[in-house]
Amino acid sequence: MLCVTTKMAAHCSGSRLRYLMHLAQDNVDFRLPEIKALLALRGKQFHPCENFKEQSPFWCLEDLSEDDVRSVMARSVCAKSAFELWGHGQTDGELRTSLLNYPPQSMSPFMHKDSTYRINVYTFNKTLLFADRIKKIDALEYLPFEGTVSLKTPQHIFCLLEDYGTDPNNIPERPDYIYFGRWIADGQRELIRTHSVKNRHFIGNTSMDAGLSLIMTNHAKVKENDLVFDPFVGTGSLLVACSHFGAYVCGTDIDYNTIHGRGRSSRKNQKWRGPDENIRANLRQYGTEKMFVDVMVSDASKPVWRNAALFDAIITDPPYGIRESTRKTGSYKENTKLPDGNYVESHVPVSQAYHLSDIFTDLLNFSAHHLVLGGRLVYWLPIYRPEYCEEMVPHHPCLQIISNCEQTLSSHTSRRLITMEKVKEPEESDSSAHLSDPSFSTYQGHNAFREKYFSGLNKRCVKDDTKYFHEN
Amino acid sequence: MKLLTHNMLTSHVKGVTKGYPLLIKATEVKVNQLDFNPQFVSRMIPKLEWGALVQAAGDLGYRQDLPGELVVDYEQNEEFLKKVHRVLLEVEVMEGSLKCPESGREFPITKGIPNMLLNEDEA
Repeated sequence: MLCVTTKMAAHCSGSRLRYLMHLAQDNVDFRLPEIKALLALRGKQFHPCENFKEQSPFWCLEDLSEDDVRSVMARSVCAKSAFELWGHGQTDGELRTSLLNYPPQSMSPFMHKDSTYRINVYTFNKTLLFADRIKKIDALEYLPFEGTVSLKTPQHIFCLLEDYGTDPNNIPERPDYIYFGRWIADGQRELIRTHSVKNRHFIGNTSMDAGLSLIMTNHAKVKENDLVFDPFVGTGSLLVACSHFGAYVCGTDIDYNTIHGRGRSSRKNQKWRGPDENIRANLRQYGTEKMFVDVMVSDASKPVWRNAALFDAIITDPPYGIRESTRKTGSYKENTKLPDGNYVESHVPVSQAYHLSDIFTDLLNFSAHHLVLGGRLVYWLPIYRPEYCEEMVPHHPCLQIISNCEQTLSSHTSRRLITMEKVKEPEESDSSAHLSDPSFSTYQGHNAFREKYFSGLNKRCVKDDTKYFHEN
Repeated sequence: MKLLTHNMLTSHVKGVTKGYPLLIKATEVKVNQLDFNPQFVSRMIPKLEWGALVQAAGDLGYRQDLPGELVVDYEQNEEFLKKVHRVLLEVEVMEGSLKCPESGREFPITKGIPNMLLNEDEA
C-alpha cells in the first residue's frame, strides 16, 4: 500500500503542479467555504488531492496556477501560507523518492548558481530543537541546490513541513506526513491583528471581531468595485472588512445613537462616545474612507430601497436579542395621534418587538429582490443546539445555500454563518422566504431565542424549557 | 447623503404608490474630493435611474452639463464618467430633508445622515 501511494504521488507530481496550503487551526469550520469562495472569484473549483482531510492544517490542491494561489492568499484569513509542492511522503525515504521524481526543469529556475535561497523547517504539533532542524535541512543534501544561502534576503524560500497530527496529548516520535515545497505567498492573518476591534476608533457592544468579519467578506465573494450593504450595520465592522477588499459600502441601523456615534461608550473607563466616533471615521482609520457611501437611520423591516438589484453582496449580523435587542418601528397602540405633521428630528418612534423569525424572513426576501444575480447574502443565524437540524435554516426559492458553518458559543448555543447565492430573479409565483419546520419555533415569539440562550445557565431550566416547548 | 444613495431610496410611507424619487431640500451641501474610479462608476450606471440623478444634481446646482438621456458607450467616455463620479460620490447633502413626492412626508438629513424612520401610524 505504501508503495502504491509513493508511486501515485510520483506520477502525479511529474504530470502537473500541485500546491500545498497551510491553514490556521482556528475557525476550522469556516476554512473550506472561504477557500472555495476565493477560488470561485478566479473562476476555479476546489480540487483536493487524494486523502484530503478537511480538519488537517495541510491541504494539497490541484488544477491551479500560481496566480490563482497568489490571488487566494491575497484574500484568505484562514490560510497561513502556500507552497508549490515539490515532494511529500509518510517517511523521509518517501519524501526523497517523491522529490527526486519532481521534474528537474521545474526545480532549476529556483536553484541555479546565481540564486539565493533559504530553507525553513516548520513542524505542526511539535517543537524541534534548533540542532534537529539543522539536521533535517542537511538531510536534504540530495536536492541539487547550486545557489547561495541567504538567511535575510533570499530570492527563494523553501520549506520542509512536518505534520505530527492534531492531538497535543499524543505527539508521535516521527511525523505522520512530510512535505517539501517552494514558498509562494502568505495569507492575510496579519489583518486580524491590524484590524483588531481593540484598537478600533468606534466600537459597540456587538462589534464583530476582525477575523470573522474578514471571513464573512470572503464567504460573500466581495470584490473590488462591488457595492455591499449591511442592514444591521451597528458600528460598521463588516463594512470595514468589505472596504479593505475594495468594495463600496453602505448600511442602515434602527439605532439613531449608533449611526450618529452618540451615547454611551462601549469602552471600559470611558463613559460617553467622543465627537468623531462613527462608521466613517472607522473606515478613515484603515485608509478606506473613499469606499464609504452612506449610512442611514432606518428600520430593516421597512423597504426604503427602490425595488431593483442594487447590491453585489448583503452581509450582516442581525441582532438576536442577547447583547442587542431586536426591534422595529411600530406600536401596539392603535391610532396613535401625531403632533400635526411636524417631524422632529430627534423623535424616536416607539419600537416594538421584532421576532427573530420575521427578521430572517425579511432579510431573505429583501436579498432576493435587491441582490444582483449571483450576488451573495451572508448572515449569522443563532442556534439552540439541542433542537438544531438543517431544516431550520430559512430558505427562499431564489437563494441557494452555499455554506453553513458553526461557531460554538456555549454547550447549548451557537451561531451559524449562512451563505446564500441568488440564483434567479423573484417572480410573482415565488412564495416568499419560509421557515419550513414547526421546529422553527426557536425564532418565533419575541425573545424566544434569548430565553433559550439563558436557560442553559441552569440545568433544571433547560429541562423545564424543553418540556415547555414540546408541550406548546 | 450622497446622490448615489438618493438614487436608490424610495418613500415607504403607508399607502404611497409613487414614492420615487424623493425630493431633496438641502440647506447645506458639501463637495468632497474623492479618487475617481472609472470602473466603479461604469458598473453603477446601469443600476441608476438616470432621470432621477440628473434631476437631483440639477436641484442642488451640480448638474454641470449632464445630458437628460444617458449617453451610449459611456465606458470609453472618461470626461462623462468623471462628471457622473462627481454627482454620485462627491456631492453630499449635509443638512436638509428628503420629501416624499406623494404624501409630502419629510425625512430629515442631519450631519449627512438621513433618518428614514416612520412614526407609528405611518408604517
